[in-house]
Amino acid sequence: MSMSVGLSHYLILAALLFAVGLYGFLAKRNAIAMLMSVELMLNAVNLNFVAFNRFASPEVLAGQMMAVFAIAVAAAEVAVGFALIFRIYRDRFTVHIDELDRMKK
Amino acid sequence: MHESAASAFLFYLLAAVTLIAALGVVLGTNLVHSALSLTVAFFGVAGLYLLLYADFLAAVQILVYAGTVAIVIALGIMLTRRESMENSNPNRSIRARAAGAFVALGFAAAIAYAASTIVGKPVAALTEDTVSALAELMLGPYALAFETVAVLLLAALLGAIVLAKGADEV
Repeated sequence: MSMSVGLSHYLILAALLFAVGLYGFLAKRNAIAMLMSVELMLNAVNLNFVAFNRFASPEVLAGQMMAVFAIAVAAAEVAVGFALIFRIYRDRFTVHIDELDRMKK
Repeated sequence: MHESAASAFLFYLLAAVTLIAALGVVLGTNLVHSALSLTVAFFGVAGLYLLLYADFLAAVQILVYAGTVAIVIALGIMLTRRESMENSNPNRSIRARAAGAFVALGFAAAIAYAASTIVGKPVAALTEDTVSALAELMLGPYALAFETVAVLLLAALLGAIVLAKGADEV
């Protein structure tokens, strides 16, 4: 392996980070932990945007711009996600998603 | 040559910190420990942004993710706590976990294979001041998206208040 760190290093790191988030999203029962896993996946995507910006077109900062927008949308997602979790918790006294199956019954 | 060795060392250090913290988020069963690990992972990503010369984004990452999102998550944990924090972040059944690990590993392997075929090319010099370059983009070609995202944030925050509080309550 060469000493210098290139685009592929960042892409592989982002893929691993995304995979960790994906596993957490699928394996956790707590809705807050699932939201945290989504945040990990969003961070991996942003890392990809910035890495592509740095190595593919460093003269225009369009990739960083996209990451700024993704962070803003993620902030909105966290606010709405937690509002939903609070609401569900007040109605059902649980945040475990496998216990929220009333529509199946 | 020295600089490239140092930045490679920093990259592997930050990558290890970020990945270990991310694994701490999804493998532990204490929700508070997961939230703390997540904050460490956010800081690791901010460091990687600095390595990529995205200094403004690193600051935004620390302010928004390691600051605000971490606090909102801590608040969420406090407001939904019922029993002790032991096993507050339980895993699903072993079948669900195996399926999750299979999907995640398959995804990572596919992307890593595709990414490893990319031939790195020498990188040109960067604009030194990312803040003014981003500001020109934000208020120039991306002005409409910038305004739209502002409206989206306002709508999402108002909607979150109404959702959490109930529309008929004052």
